[in-house]
Amino acid sequence: MSAITHHTPDAMLAAYAAGSLPQPFALVVASHVSLCVHCRVALEAHHSAGGAVLETVDQVAVSGNLKAYLLARLDTPFTPQPVVKRSGIFPGPVMEAMKGRAPRWKALGAGVRQDILMASNAGSVRLLYIPAGQAVPDHSHGGLELTLVLQGSFTDETGAFGIGDLEVADEDLDHTPVAGPGEACICLAATDAPLRFNSLIPRLLQPLFRI
Amino acid sequence: MAELSQQTLWMLAVRDKRDRQAFSAMFDHFAPRLKGMIMRSGIAAHQAEEIVQDVMLTVWRKASMFDPHRAQVSAWIYQIARNRQIDMVRKERRPEPEDLIEDPGAELDASQILALEQEATELKNALSRLSGEQREMIEKAYLGELTHQEISTQTGLPLGTIKSRIRLGLERLRHELKGIR
Ligand SMILES: [Zn+2]
Repeated sequence: MSAITHHTPDAMLAAYAAGSLPQPFALVVASHVSLCVHCRVALEAHHSAGGAVLETVDQVAVSGNLKAYLLARLDTPFTPQPVVKRSGIFPGPVMEAMKGRAPRWKALGAGVRQDILMASNAGSVRLLYIPAGQAVPDHSHGGLELTLVLQGSFTDETGAFGIGDLEVADEDLDHTPVAGPGEACICLAATDAPLRFNSLIPRLLQPLFRI
Repeated sequence: MAELSQQTLWMLAVRDKRDRQAFSAMFDHFAPRLKGMIMRSGIAAHQAEEIVQDVMLTVWRKASMFDPHRAQVSAWIYQIARNRQIDMVRKERRPEPEDLIEDPGAELDASQILALEQEATELKNALSRLSGEQREMIEKAYLGELTHQEISTQTGLPLGTIKSRIRLGLERLRHELKGIR
């Protein structure tokens, strides 16, 4: 097992802790933290900072009957939300986004497959399957793109990414990720804007496949 | 154990003995702070109280998840509060990392808990020593008013020492950490 070398940027962890990170990115960060002790520690440190803010924030008195009402509710039976567990290479948050099922791959051509887990105005998250040695069409993106490796590896102009590594690519990065040799590369990729592919054919396919 | 903070003692009594008196004391301490924090997001008093109630109910129900070796009470409640506020206001479930669960039979390590509490107190003091403007930025960041692009990592809050303490707290969970790097 190789160590994770590409981590969640600290400001992104703070935004995740505070709940201001867009949902697609939050899924990737929660997945990375599930795999990475380094970022879990940093996230808990941000919770401590949040706790310090909670302790020192201006207080507002609550209604007189709120406590009695709450104490009376303590015995109400409740069913805890089922915890969706990690399965194989997929961390818990990904399994939860897939509602516990296996990925439903759709072919994108050249052996590349995807499964869109979430798509909305806030952006999208998908699983990508890239055969070993295969390049993902050269693309730039309108916004930010986060890519978390779950299986295999890839390299691009910025470096090499193995299991658990998180790549943060901003709109200025025009990159061509290539899957490493050996196992196919499976990634969790999130964007806050639709991807724009630089070569003609993928651009034509874009509306069809929502890539 | 007598040296542990009042908050930790309350929370352990709630977790291990389902102590309602301790829970009631925790409510008195945290409810006005939670309401203040939630209303800062522009939420009306009435809905803020609904969220406060939900947060405290979650504290009661999820008490078994509280691990004082890696989070002090205020940090744990802060995390619950942010989650509940997002779920209730935005009507979407925020993705959460996998839980790491401590072996329920494990003995408390008072020195680790104390040291973490001390770091948390340091952090609180550091926050109150900051200039008005710096402090305002940190409050905004942790109250969810800033995007990640707006959050500067040079906020002035020293998180380095609390991180090494949290890491020690996590190492108690070696078995759980097997699949993690
Ligand atoms: Zn990491």
